[in-house]
Amino acid sequence: MAAKCAQGYFMSSRPAMPVSRRSFIGGSAAAISAAGSVGAGKAKAQSSASADRAKKRTVSFTVNGDRREMEADTRLTLLDALRGPLGLPGSKKGCDHGQCGACTVHVDGQRMLSCFTLVAGLEGKEVTTIEGLANGDELHPLQQAFIDNDAFQCGYCTPGQIMSGVACIAEGHARTPAEIREYMSGNICRCAAYPNIVAAVEQARDAEG
Amino acid sequence: MADPTPPVPEPGTNMGKALPRYEARAKVTGAPLYADDMPLPNPATALFVTSGIAKGSITSIDTSEAAGLPGVLKVYTHENAPSRQDLRHFMKGGYVADSVMPLAGPNIVNDGEIVAVVVAEDLATARDAAHRLKISYQAEQPATTFGSAGAEEKQITAGKHDVGDFDAAYGSAPVTLDVEYETPTMHHNPMELFSTAAAWDGDNLVIHEPSQFVWQLKNGAAETLGVDAAKVEVKNPFVGGAFGSKGIMTQRTGLIAAIARDLRRPVKNVVMRDQGYTLATYRAETRHRIRMGAESNGKLVALSHEGSEVTSRQDDYFVAGTTATAEMYACPNIRTGVSLVKADRNTPGFMRSPPETPYMYALESAMDEMAEKLGIDPVEFRRINDTQTSPTTGAPYTSRSLMECYDEAASSFGWSKRNPQPMSMAQDDWLIGYGCATACYPTNMMPATARIVLTPEGRAEVLIAAHDVGTGAYTVMQQIAADELGIDPAAITVRMGDTTLPPGPVSGGSMTTASAGSAVKAACEKVRQRFGGTVPAVDDMSAAFRKLGSNRIEEYAEWAPPGSGEDAIKALYKGKFGGGGGDEPKPLMYAFGAEFVEVRVHRLTREIRVPRMTGAFAAGRIVNPRTARSQYLGGMIWGLGQALLEKTELDLLRARYINDNIAEYLVAVNADVPEVDIIMVPEVDNQVNSLGVKGIGEVSNVGTAAAIANAVYHATGRRIRELPVTMDKLL
Ligand code: FES
Ligand code: FES
Repeated sequence: MAAKCAQGYFMSSRPAMPVSRRSFIGGSAAAISAAGSVGAGKAKAQSSASADRAKKRTVSFTVNGDRREMEADTRLTLLDALRGPLGLPGSKKGCDHGQCGACTVHVDGQRMLSCFTLVAGLEGKEVTTIEGLANGDELHPLQQAFIDNDAFQCGYCTPGQIMSGVACIAEGHARTPAEIREYMSGNICRCAAYPNIVAAVEQARDAEG
Repeated sequence: MADPTPPVPEPGTNMGKALPRYEARAKVTGAPLYADDMPLPNPATALFVTSGIAKGSITSIDTSEAAGLPGVLKVYTHENAPSRQDLRHFMKGGYVADSVMPLAGPNIVNDGEIVAVVVAEDLATARDAAHRLKISYQAEQPATTFGSAGAEEKQITAGKHDVGDFDAAYGSAPVTLDVEYETPTMHHNPMELFSTAAAWDGDNLVIHEPSQFVWQLKNGAAETLGVDAAKVEVKNPFVGGAFGSKGIMTQRTGLIAAIARDLRRPVKNVVMRDQGYTLATYRAETRHRIRMGAESNGKLVALSHEGSEVTSRQDDYFVAGTTATAEMYACPNIRTGVSLVKADRNTPGFMRSPPETPYMYALESAMDEMAEKLGIDPVEFRRINDTQTSPTTGAPYTSRSLMECYDEAASSFGWSKRNPQPMSMAQDDWLIGYGCATACYPTNMMPATARIVLTPEGRAEVLIAAHDVGTGAYTVMQQIAADELGIDPAAITVRMGDTTLPPGPVSGGSMTTASAGSAVKAACEKVRQRFGGTVPAVDDMSAAFRKLGSNRIEEYAEWAPPGSGEDAIKALYKGKFGGGGGDEPKPLMYAFGAEFVEVRVHRLTREIRVPRMTGAFAAGRIVNPRTARSQYLGGMIWGLGQALLEKTELDLLRARYINDNIAEYLVAVNADVPEVDIIMVPEVDNQVNSLGVKGIGEVSNVGTAAAIANAVYHATGRRIRELPVTMDKLL
């Protein structure tokens, strides 16, 4: 089957493994204590890198054409900023680890995973989210195509699918159904509206001519 | 193959209009629809910290460094957690999916249990603090699954059937089969993460949480928090996918609400993707032994299906799918039974077609094996054993269009081109296989209530706390109300997923359209009666209202499936299932389907591809062919995932889920998905309910895995009896 676009490595949300648990496991299985120590190492590295300084940085960028200036915690992701302080919850969190595509937005016209993008690095950039895609009341052709082709069920992946789809067409990666499938495979749809998503991207591609 | 049906099919016989989704525009513009999208005033962020062992106890937790971080509000552990009342498992008449209360004490009974909650001003701070907790455990050896030391086996009565004399019939049958199958642990992984937001206003509580049953969440939260249920509101207008995982409330809700009460501040929690593997339910791994005996003409004479399922120590959750498999084919001698294996795991729960997915996989694989032994075409073998009555009770099916489904799907698919010989079809380096299987799903219904409001302008409002998990429920309720009231669907607004509305059924068991729809229909009938039987045309509406001396008509109705007990509606208001049912024998009510697939297996690498699938389904009246087709499509693609991709890997030594993320737990992505042809076979069934609808959310997910495994056998000559079918098993 096709490889999934796992665009990043994941981090466990478990805390570092305690010593007593490794001593219980003892020599029973090398693989296990190794797994434990990798977890511990990863978590430690992360906390020492971020120790004691919730550093702030002033960043100025645009979101859907509006200039935004933020005193941003350097750890703040674009996704959490959009869904929190910027008040734009259209971009969705499906994993927070770059694995699902639900958080896809455009930064300077390129599709980007907002859960993997730090606000601190956005100086001077232009961000577009699903909320900024329509032209007033007039839907973007791909938004309309999603409606026309019933390209969603629960709708949770939809903002990411549409942002990816718009970019996919702009990149020239929507020439055939097979190419659309491949270049839309970084966006998981658990409801599995995939054939309808392909049909929607084709419709919008043709509408844009 | 005929061209696949377009995304918006023409309505056929006994179908409503293919209206676009009610909420379509909101969904494509990123409108705030989901629980965690809802704005709250100055919320704090709670992050769970989960256990690193599956069994044992916490010996110490040092929270000082974490609690001292600027921005951290409080760290909760079992030593300072707010108290809550115990909740019972829903199968014991309670509210929860897992009866273990988090942070109730130092004991750990499964991996990934909540051991601390860090509450901070924002997520980055909470995450930083979580990594500064120092937790020590006294760990014990857990039992993980089948065959683990210390796992206990338990016989249950559910799923037991004994008809005729299986032993004698099997012993003397001229052709017999004795095979075993396995299905793995699977996790729902809806795209929307689990979440809870709780905001108190005095002693009134508002909860925003994705839920397939808001009235259950309301009552269960009230019980664990020790408050009057009338003071708890649950709001969740749209669910970002659920598949059963949000069907039964968990203990998370009470914990977050209790923390919000303690902090006197709204609290939001999002369960991280990996945490969701242990803080919600899953489909447990199963094992099956099937024995079949047949005459050489293909008539089944003996069938035995013994299933075994894993559950937790704390709760006896089971699916017992032999109740479906025993009803599938005419057979005079049937014996089935189910046993549980209790291990140190979180409690499993509903996942799309919970009993049928694993059990029908086993039965439909065995049917294919038996057909081959008999030298009979697999479709003909099903025809020979088709039945219109229950083989266990003799009760009639209200309708059963299984063979119509087979015939339509077979002809669209081109089944006649199949050479029955395995390994006989190939193109270049690809071995080609065709396979098929039966899909089925029972027509479930539960009580529901609804309110309809009609105004002199001719606008109506449908109010029902049913749920839309992507199923199209808003659209379908709008259409049912439009039909019943005789007004334009565009003049109807629908509100759902909110406990200020009359309770609807759990959004599970494919029962929303039948149950909620019946309540909406009943309320509409009452509205019609106000006008002497027919709602006037829009132009005459205000005059008719004047005549009634009213400027608003509001009708409320309760509906319960035939045979429900007296307390059914009361139980619904308490957020409970049941309310008791009568003992009279009921007719069998099932939706059916037939699924055909083509697989291609690479001759050398054994890579498996599925270029096309065809499914034909009959499920009574189809209210909206557009949303119905999408459901069938999604279900078949789920089946493809189960056949080839999905498996939660178990760490046998530590009772942990290894691939607890959505990159390594493989679900189908766009490039995996072939052309899917969906055929809706017309079926009229006036017995199931007055709407004539059966339920379609789950049926198509049943059968696909067997069809694919059968096709892999046809391509390669290799029977893989353990899902998923992966290339390593074929090398
Ligand atoms: S939230 Fe899943 S990729 Fe960003
Ligand atoms: S529409 Fe539900 S995940 Fe794509």
